[in-house]
Amino acid sequence: MRKVYADNAATTALSPKVLDKMMPYLTTVFGNPSSLYQIGSEAKEAVEEARETVANLIGAAHPSEIYFTSGGSESDNWAIKGVAATLMKKGKKHIITSKFEHHAVLHTCKALEKQGFEVTYLDVYENGIVKAEDVKNAIRPDTALVTIMYANNEIGTIQPIAEIGKICREAKVLFHTDAVQAMGNVPINVVDDNIDLLSLTAHKFHGPKGCGALYIRRGVRPDVLIDGGAQEKGRRAGTENVAGIVGLAEALKIAVQTMDERKEKLTKMRNRLIDGLLKIERSRLNGDRENRLSGNINMCFEGIEGESLLLRLDLAGISASSGSACTSGDLDPSHVLLSIGLPHEIAHGSLRISFSDENSEEDVDYILENVPKIVEYLRSFSPLWDKIKSEN
Amino acid sequence: MAYSEKVMDHFANPRNVGEIPDASGVGEVGNSKCGDIMRMYIKVEGNVITDCKFKTFGCGAAIATSSMATELIKGKTIDEALKLTNKAVMEALDGLPAVKVHCSVLAEQAIKAALSDYYTKMGVDPEPIVGKIKECDHDHGCGCESCS
Repeated sequence: MRKVYADNAATTALSPKVLDKMMPYLTTVFGNPSSLYQIGSEAKEAVEEARETVANLIGAAHPSEIYFTSGGSESDNWAIKGVAATLMKKGKKHIITSKFEHHAVLHTCKALEKQGFEVTYLDVYENGIVKAEDVKNAIRPDTALVTIMYANNEIGTIQPIAEIGKICREAKVLFHTDAVQAMGNVPINVVDDNIDLLSLTAHKFHGPKGCGALYIRRGVRPDVLIDGGAQEKGRRAGTENVAGIVGLAEALKIAVQTMDERKEKLTKMRNRLIDGLLKIERSRLNGDRENRLSGNINMCFEGIEGESLLLRLDLAGISASSGSACTSGDLDPSHVLLSIGLPHEIAHGSLRISFSDENSEEDVDYILENVPKIVEYLRSFSPLWDKIKSEN
Repeated sequence: MAYSEKVMDHFANPRNVGEIPDASGVGEVGNSKCGDIMRMYIKVEGNVITDCKFKTFGCGAAIATSSMATELIKGKTIDEALKLTNKAVMEALDGLPAVKVHCSVLAEQAIKAALSDYYTKMGVDPEPIVGKIKECDHDHGCGCESCS
């Protein structure tokens, strides 16, 4: 049976080239970068080289602005909680974010609300895109931080980050972006985009899990999240994940080098898949069609539930994802799908397919062979589908 | 979260799918907002449930519990069917993940709803026999009857 991994927004396969780069640091060069002897200083060198690579790839002015972390969630927590703690002392207790951020951002904001912060959750409209003008209008004298994701993890919509960055810089408000999904897929330049803090994680672009980074523009001082040793200039304690850091830098280098080519290939595949799936009766595409990540497809099929669709796809060898309540372990379907105005019963029937360079046109064919059949089968015994049909 | 082999078997090959055109009783529970609706059809001859079919909108566990519930009451007497519990459905499926237990409750309630409909059609008040049907066991603040 054909196997199609189409859940690259969840995680990606580690690239063999990246693994090769990492191997020495998992074996012979195992030293602690803080140690003085040879294998320690070699490890330290590797970390610093990776820092420089990452800085260059995102357009940072100095390598020292890159801080390695355990991943996207830690970077988001550090950026938001750190800035909040610093600026609270100056009486700034307002944060602006959007309704469809990743939970690493939303739940962090919720935690700050309990500490007395006020949070504005901006609308993302039907197309899943924040309006820069809304950010401008929401900024107050006591606004500490604006945090808006670069691209959404479920529906892939790309946000007007440069515009928002400009607005924030002019208003002298710090701007953080969770670029976990966008990194390696869209060109990012933290200086041009006026970004003050940026989160990224390696495993979304064929790097290893458990390693991420936070870009902190020079002069910005978020409070320390993890206290301890003097690693990362005393701002993020813990012995460095040397192999992970080396892998992150190598994976990002490859992702950025191959970005244009990949975008062209994936956009074609994406559009063909969207057009094919839209032929299914009562289906819809979620999020803006053009302004989305080249590998992201998010659709709803009325009258069926997402988890059963996923399980059937899995039986056919296809790995994908859904925003249904049943897959989230929650009672409500995805907050992202609700934020773009979908009613619960439609949001339950969602399917996210996310491609990477490792996918092919044959995968699109195989998905187009299977999804319509499965949707038809599940609808054949769905009382909800009976109702939808009888009402029309 | 992992499903048992039995759950996957009943999900991949659900038993008794469909409708019974001249059903003696039809019951429906759940709602689309929660993400699961079960509709059960029973055919009663004498005191025996000779046929049982279902239609379900819902997750893998909702489909598997519907399928198993129909298997458990088919060929049984009404009295036996009235004793069907969600626990029995779960045990027959070799267990369910904790977040999916409500699916087995829904399956039990769907059978009871079909039996209630049967009694109502016979001109008998079902509540003293079958009890009150819970539409679902969620508390999702949506304002439906089960939330209050």
